Amino acid sequence: MTDPWFALRRFTQARIGQGRAGCATPTSALLEFQLAHAMARDAVHQPWCVGGFAEAMAAKGLQPLKLATPIADRERYLQRPDLGRCLDQASREYLQSRPVKAYDAALIISNGLSSAAVDKHGLALLEAIADAYSRCRLSLGPVCLAPNARVALADEIGELLNVCVSVIIVGERPGLSAADSLGVYLTYAPRIGNTDAVRNCLSNIRPPEGLSYQAAAAKLAYLTRQALQRGLSGVALKDDMPDNWLESLGQD
Amino acid sequence: MNYSATVKGKNFSFGNLRMLMAKASPRRAADELAGLAAESEVERAVAQQLLADAPLRLFIEEPLIAPERDEVSRLILEQQDTAAFVPIAGLTVGGFRDWLLADSSDLSALAPGLMPEMAAAVSKIMRNQDLIAVARRCRVTSRFRNTIGLPGRLSTRLQPNHPTDDPRGIAASILDGLMYGSGDAVIGINPATDNLENVHVLLTLLDEIIRRHEIPTQSCVLSHVTTSIELMRRGAPVDLVFQSIAGTEAANRSFGIDLAILREAKAMAESLNRGGAGNQVMYFETGQGSALSANAHHGVDAQTCEARAYAVAREFSPLLVNTVVGFIGPEYLYDGKQIIRAGLEDHFCGKLLGLPMGCDICYTNHAEADQNDMDNLLTLLGVAGCSYIMGIPGSDDVMLAYQSTSFHDALYLRQLLGLRPAPEFEDWLERMGIFDGGNRLADNRFKAPLLSNFSGLAGLPS
Repeated sequence: MTDPWFALRRFTQARIGQGRAGCATPTSALLEFQLAHAMARDAVHQPWCVGGFAEAMAAKGLQPLKLATPIADRERYLQRPDLGRCLDQASREYLQSRPVKAYDAALIISNGLSSAAVDKHGLALLEAIADAYSRCRLSLGPVCLAPNARVALADEIGELLNVCVSVIIVGERPGLSAADSLGVYLTYAPRIGNTDAVRNCLSNIRPPEGLSYQAAAAKLAYLTRQALQRGLSGVALKDDMPDNWLESLGQD
Repeated sequence: MNYSATVKGKNFSFGNLRMLMAKASPRRAADELAGLAAESEVERAVAQQLLADAPLRLFIEEPLIAPERDEVSRLILEQQDTAAFVPIAGLTVGGFRDWLLADSSDLSALAPGLMPEMAAAVSKIMRNQDLIAVARRCRVTSRFRNTIGLPGRLSTRLQPNHPTDDPRGIAASILDGLMYGSGDAVIGINPATDNLENVHVLLTLLDEIIRRHEIPTQSCVLSHVTTSIELMRRGAPVDLVFQSIAGTEAANRSFGIDLAILREAKAMAESLNRGGAGNQVMYFETGQGSALSANAHHGVDAQTCEARAYAVAREFSPLLVNTVVGFIGPEYLYDGKQIIRAGLEDHFCGKLLGLPMGCDICYTNHAEADQNDMDNLLTLLGVAGCSYIMGIPGSDDVMLAYQSTSFHDALYLRQLLGLRPAPEFEDWLERMGIFDGGNRLADNRFKAPLLSNFSGLAGLPS
């Protein structure tokens, strides 16, 4: 039933070469699609066990800082993006009372729209970023865990921590072919009210099909260094990273 | 001016035209999230009655967003053509609906006289069938290497995205699309990263495929306009310049753009003279909720903000405008019903304002929608004369993680409604042995030379 070029699927997860029944997709392809949609729907509503993630971090010698948004459940998370962009009162007061120390960057991790993504790739990506930052001599503040957050939460946390660059790792919305993809957003001079024009984004971090941890971490370190040097981020900061940039650093 | 009415002893009052527009909008999550929506169905119905009585010229006299603080408002007032407005100058919003439905002629002469807010206002008191019937009478054609939007035609954007921009994976999806007759609106890649070298490689790949196989279509890598400008400076083969746009200056600023940067990009792309059939070089995408998402809506409802984005679009005489209707998520359009309504509104407003309007008929997995809702909107937009739709392998975008329409879906609509591809592209499909001369896939298309040429994924830079 499939088309002669079905074998080209070795180059892509895209649903190519499906064949056809008249103008429509053949029954088996249709039912595979329905199953994939059902799985993606379930993935959206899966909550995040942040305690388990914190323990796994601690076991790797990384100290988590647990924060919260005012959102209690997934239903509300989907309907109120505004609430996902701010801390709850207790978290805000805690960060305000903390002694301010100067760091280059803060790192925030949230399940976003896919708890599966952060469970599957979060820790490994975090380790790769910590390693890349240390090779670039970038100082990293506390790693914050904030369930049910939106990207702009990085502005409030970054502002309260007084860092130059705020980085948030979030689970991207589940697709049919991948429900476990992470995105990373970088903002220079994080302040409440920043728009997306001042953010740089890396998406589709989900090895082996998507971006690898090392490639994502190297690019993030490159963008962080550029942001610090030029005092900006977002559309004005073009990604012109040379190949093997991180590897070449040690040889300078 | 205050708008008020008493219904069954209960008084309803709306402080200004902007609030009246918002309260009269058919229900959607974006306006509820912004706190602008009607609080009851009765309040909505009353607002619609009051809006119907408002004279159209009020939108000129009482701008919803002050021109002093918004360059899109200034643009809208500059664009408004008094002569073209004459036939409807004395009408109310309700009278305008009746006028649109009573006539049966081509409506394209009206576009320069209309402000986006007038189109948005009348759409709010129109039923879905009204939106379809009137849009069908707005013919808009545009040209680059082929002709988009002729009567009885439906074009498709071939969207061969890949999560890591792997050229072989992208080429495989392009082959799939071409073998199913897709790609006359544009072969357009959303890049996974905006890295300059990466985008340059993709532009070169598309250019080589189009030239090697002499495909009468155009390419686009949907990167930020400033990336396209930089790559044109570096000599990259840019056919169309892409940009997401919105209906307020502040929302556009959140995208990192303004009108000046769009003018610069358009002039640069035009100077490359890569078209042939025409030189319309801009490709815009929009979507209800973008102004709210940037906290830049000035108290204007999502659908009216969207219509205002079309004023930005028409300033640049684009080849393609695409409302990506269900892309952002349920916080803006909650379910299939809201997505379908918004798709019809956007297509109607865009066409009425003179734009080559296509629709990315789509939904995300966190919305209360499925492929059946997309089938409904696809069929309705086909009837409404939509200029083009998306073509994605099996509807599943493996990079952007959402579902749209497939190559198969376009074939369904072609067969159902007798809609053919752009004439230049249709000729090519027949020459290649992919279509059979009767607007159908050819039985022996597996013998098409394209397939053997692609079998080693020829067209890739070696």
